[in-house]
Parts: sequence; structure tokens; C-alpha cells
Amino acid sequence: MVKKFKNKTLSWLDYRLPVFSVLREALVDHPTPRNLNYWWNFGSLAGITLIIMIVSGLLLSMHYVAHVDLAFDSVEHIMRDVNYGWLIRYIHSVGASMFFLIVYIHISRGLYYGSYKYPREVLWWLGIIIFLLMIATAFLGYTLPWGQMSFWGATVITNLFSAIPLVGDNIVTWLWGGFSVDNPTLNRFYSLHFLLPFIIVAVVFLHIVALHKFGSNNPIGIDLTSKKEKIPFHPYYTIKDFFGFGVFFIIFGVFVFFMPNTLGHPDNYIPADPLVTPEHIVPEWYFLPFYAILRAIPFKLLGVLAMLSSIFILFLLPWLDTSKVRSCRFRPIYKQFYWIFIFNFIVLGWVGSKVPEGHYLIISRISTAYYFLHFLFILPILGFFEKTSPLPLNIFENSKVKKS
Amino acid sequence: MAAVGSAFAIWPFIDSMNPSADVLALGSKEVDLNDIDKGSTKTIKWRGKPVFIKHRTDEEISQAREVNLENLKDPQKDEDRVIKPEWLVVVGVCSHLGCIPLGQKETDVKGDFNGWFCPCHGSHYDSSGRVRKGPAPKNLEIPKYKFVDKNKIKIG
Repeated sequence: MVKKFKNKTLSWLDYRLPVFSVLREALVDHPTPRNLNYWWNFGSLAGITLIIMIVSGLLLSMHYVAHVDLAFDSVEHIMRDVNYGWLIRYIHSVGASMFFLIVYIHISRGLYYGSYKYPREVLWWLGIIIFLLMIATAFLGYTLPWGQMSFWGATVITNLFSAIPLVGDNIVTWLWGGFSVDNPTLNRFYSLHFLLPFIIVAVVFLHIVALHKFGSNNPIGIDLTSKKEKIPFHPYYTIKDFFGFGVFFIIFGVFVFFMPNTLGHPDNYIPADPLVTPEHIVPEWYFLPFYAILRAIPFKLLGVLAMLSSIFILFLLPWLDTSKVRSCRFRPIYKQFYWIFIFNFIVLGWVGSKVPEGHYLIISRISTAYYFLHFLFILPILGFFEKTSPLPLNIFENSKVKKS
Repeated sequence: MAAVGSAFAIWPFIDSMNPSADVLALGSKEVDLNDIDKGSTKTIKWRGKPVFIKHRTDEEISQAREVNLENLKDPQKDEDRVIKPEWLVVVGVCSHLGCIPLGQKETDVKGDFNGWFCPCHGSHYDSSGRVRKGPAPKNLEIPKYKFVDKNKIKIG
């Protein structure tokens, strides 16, 4: 028996249940590129946020009642009566926004440094699956307080399924468990909102397994061949990740304590009324770009398909991007298009918050078209025409170039 | 074979999410029409959704019947949408994404066709509840109903 640990009991246990050596491999020894910048902090930030969401959500579930007559009041009960209930609820609602912010930055990092390219395609896919699960979880969770935006958001989004030909209406009735969004709907949404985060945990686990197979990509995007280019995860990146947590908690705290409702919609403090539609239904800010795509298209089914395609197209990204060079640092032309794409995405979010009329509608159509143009036209041809800068042989050569 | 068997075995699980017996039992409702004056409307709640009952004036009826069917997105004769011409009964849910159109109150915007207007994405309905403008693909749905006596209907 090889002694992997100094502690005898630990060695004995690990010989029979090797989780400790696996954890040590992943969190301590794991060789990590030495040139990772702060954009690589957002993976661990997403991880800590997921844990915060699960813990705060579990505590909320101990006081929340999933019933149409009681849900709204039980949320107010949490806010006013439960010890620190206001804090836990604000952590959970602001945490959802923070989670999306972090994940959007994490995805943008992947796009900039080409982290989706060979051999990390499956790692990328798993990330998109996590993103899709997050969207579902956030939507289900937003329904639970049973305010006006909860109710009408749930109505509009479930009605998207009615766009399916022939069986659409049956599917919607099945999703609702009734003839409108009502008590059975609230009950099952609560059940699924509780389940999905644990499925996210499982997929995150696979995401990390896939990550550790080839290791992290890095800012210069070349494959690292020599051992000297890597350093052990602990203490170098544990300390860097913890530093990131500290910065993040400050920002998180500012929102939780000083502006907890800034990112939400005031109409959700009006109890749900199935007979009155709010004048202007908008989703939470993190769904606005996709909402804009949905509304940009005047045909119901096509609008729904465009919205879904805008996310599913990411699965094909490793093949739509034909360039062999990963990092934007060596792709002068793609770098410009990258920033145009990010700007365009923010524009989509902005028009998503406006009433789809007049020039807002025109802007949303142009932006939607550009979104797909980026993936289906610009990326594929760029790989053939772009003259990339010479790649360094290793990390050290690159840093020398930078200094001189 | 195993796949077919599994499919049958899964059905009860899937069907358990469909409307339950008590939800289905709420399926019908009787409404007295005596208190709805000519030219006014009433909203009642049926299966969790609003139902608009409109006591139409002669002018509204003739407006609805004079329309050229070729101009309609979802062509349907007004005669096929009512049992008695003065009573229009429609489910008040926009066929686009399920919002509730305005037009039930005196002060509401009634849209360009003297019926209803959906504020969410701008669909206009006429005095027969047919979509005339906007993203909605279909007319307002007519629930199953019948006259139990001269001034009373049973919906569902």
C-alpha cells in the first residue's frame, strides 16, 4: 500500500475510499498555467455563488409556502417576522443577479480566449447546459413570490410552448396542471426550483472533470508542454480565488445592504392578479437580450425558435469558429468583432427593456440579425481570411516579448 | 418491446401533471345575464381565466358582420362566433402570449376596431373578438356554452 497521506487513519480510509486523494489531486496538486489572469477567477466565483444560492434557498424554503393564497404573504412573513429573513431573501434574490453576471463574464472570457476550441468542446457544452439549467431555475424561482411580474412572467413564458404546432395547447395545459397559471403550477414550479440546483451541481462536477482532463486554457491560448509553465493549484490559485471572493463579497454586500431591490421590478410587490395584466411585462435584466430576440420577430413560432437558437447556437461554436488560434491576443480582426458582439449583446438587453415599437423594434431587429450573423457568417469566414499574429512557443517567450 | 412497455409505464407519471379531477370539476359555471345592460360588458372568472360577456348593440353587431372575411388573419364569420347575436362570449386571453386585453371598462382603450386592445404586444380585436392587427395569431377563443334559459348561460 502506497502511503499517500502522513495521517495513518486518513491513509487507511483513502486506500478504501479514494476521495481524499482525488480531492488533493484536484484542489492542491492540479498543475495550472502560471499566466492565468483575473478573468479566470469567475469559474470559482460561479461555484461559490451556487453554494450561497443553495444554502440561502434551503433556509427560505423552511418559511415559504407554495400556495396561491399564502405565497405572497409568506414572502412578506420572511421579510418582516423571520429572524434575518430579510437578509436571507435579499441574498437569494440579489445572488441570482450576481450569479448571472458572473456566468456572463465567465462565458465572455471563454469567447475571448477561445476556450471552447479543441480539445475543450465538451467542457464548453457542459457549460452551456449549466447556463440553460440556470435560466430554467431562475425563471421558476421568480414565479414563487407570486407577485404580478411572477404571475405574468410565468404566463407569457409558458405560453411560448403554445407556439408548438398541433400539440402546443395540450403541452401548455400539462405544464400548468390546469387551464391557466394557478395553484398546481405554483406547486410544481416550487418542486422543480428545488430540484434543478442539485442537477446544476452534478453538471458542474462533470464540467470540472472535463476541465481537469486537459487543464485550464490560458490567456495566450497555446498548449503548454513544459512542466515549468504550470504551478500547483494550491497555494497559488486557492489564494487568488479567495482574493476574488473577497472583492466579490464587497460588491455583493453593497447590493444586499444598500440597493437590494435595484435589480428587481417594483411590480412584483403587487400580489398576483389573474384578471389584470401589468402594462409592461419585462423579465429580469439577465433575460432581456433573449427577450429582445423573441420580440424582434413578428411571427410567434419563429420568434420562439430564434430565441432558443440564440443559445443553442453556442453548442456549434467550436466548429463555427474555423480559426486554429485560440486567444484573441493573436487574432487582431476577431478581437474587433468580439467587442462589437459584446456591444451588440448589451444593445439587445437595452431594447429588451423597452416597448417593442418604433425605432426600438428596428434596433432589436438589426441587433438580432447581427447576433446570428456573428456566429453564422463572420466567425466561419474569419478563420480563412484573418492573418493571425505569430504565436509564442511558450509562456516565457510571450512575457519576454511583452517586456521588450 | 421493452421500450413500448416503458412508455406505457411512464404514462401515469406524465399524466399526473395534467389537470386533476377537482380542477376539471371547476370546469362549468352559470351566469345570469339580466344585469348586463345593452352596450355594456361583464368579466367573470372561469377556469382561472377571465371570460368577457358583451351585450352588443345593433351597431356593434352590424359592424362585426360587415367585415370582409378576406381581410381577417383568422377568418371566421361573426355568425359562427355567437349563439344569439346580441351576446358575445369570449375567453379574455390574448392568443399571442396570454395577456388580458383592455376594453372591459368604460374608460379602457378599445383598440382600432371597437373591441379590445392587448397592451402587452399591441394586438387589436374587433367587436366579435377577432384579431385585426398585431402579433396575435388567432381570434379570442369562444368557450363552450349554452343558454339554459332565456337569460342565463352555462359556460363549460
